Amino acid sequence: MSEAVIAVALVWVAVAGTAVVLTRDPLRQAFTAGFFGLALAFLYLSLQSGDVALSQIVVGAIALPLIVLLSLAKVRKDQ
Amino acid sequence: MSRRARLMLFAVAAAGLAATLGAGLAGLPSFGSQISAYAQMLNRLAPQQRHVTDVVSAISFDYRGIDTLFEEFILLAAVAGISVLLRPLSDESRQLPEDKAPDRTIPPPSPAVWLLAVFLSSLLVLTGIETVTHGQLTPGGGFQGGVVLASAFYVVYLGTNYVTVERFQPAPLLEASDGVGASGYVLIGLLGLFAGASFLSNVVGLGVTGNLISGGTIPLLNLVVGVEVAGSFAILASEFLDQTAVIRTRQR
Repeated sequence: MSEAVIAVALVWVAVAGTAVVLTRDPLRQAFTAGFFGLALAFLYLSLQSGDVALSQIVVGAIALPLIVLLSLAKVRKDQ
Repeated sequence: MSRRARLMLFAVAAAGLAATLGAGLAGLPSFGSQISAYAQMLNRLAPQQRHVTDVVSAISFDYRGIDTLFEEFILLAAVAGISVLLRPLSDESRQLPEDKAPDRTIPPPSPAVWLLAVFLSSLLVLTGIETVTHGQLTPGGGFQGGVVLASAFYVVYLGTNYVTVERFQPAPLLEASDGVGASGYVLIGLLGLFAGASFLSNVVGLGVTGNLISGGTIPLLNLVVGVEVAGSFAILASEFLDQTAVIRTRQR
């Protein structure tokens, strides 16, 4: 059972990671990167690492997309 | 450098990386193998020695507390660096955008968005406090809870506007919590020295395992780290937000 959960998590990470690389528009990439962070958090949780999963959620799904979005808004405003 | 020479250089570098990385990965324990003897020992000893139920917290804030101290100061230095980099430069000024059409008012966010922001921000504050204070009992702790606390400010911004969120996060308060949190870690570490033991020794009463107040200095360190991280991430977001919202190149 736990192997199945880990397998799902690994496939999700692989698909989400590929999606981040294949997304060319930085704005959309911020969102796919957020989902990639969520996938990584699920992987850590499936490997019973709750503390790391929580850190991954707060950094990958809150802090990183926010900084990317605000930087993009600044760059586009100056254009 | 020609394209051919660049490809050659890349091939040599990639081959070197593949060889060393491959050799390193080959030496790793196999996936899902038995956890190390050190981890087994800590899993057995930490609940008895430190009266905690989350062994990871005992490692980060007690057995390896000095590492976390340095990580705190890395975060402090990073946020200070960002504040310096993103300050208004000599050819930039700090002002709210001019309204190009003063006769038309900007529609406020819909009541549904506003209600969601009120609900979600209070929920985030509650979750953040819960995560910070239960670090020694359940997964989570000062770092994770601190970021959740700071994210409550982001939600206030999403539901209202720049002026409102600035009222909620006065810069002196954020900077003070950043500094007080970081220095608080050192002061709690000094408690050990004052008690005649070594720096960062767990000298406070350990309490009953599983209770909210247990683990000695571990919950105290979680608390100061939570204050510091919440301040740091709120400063981080507000510096980036200032760049987008109010800092603009001066008109000539």
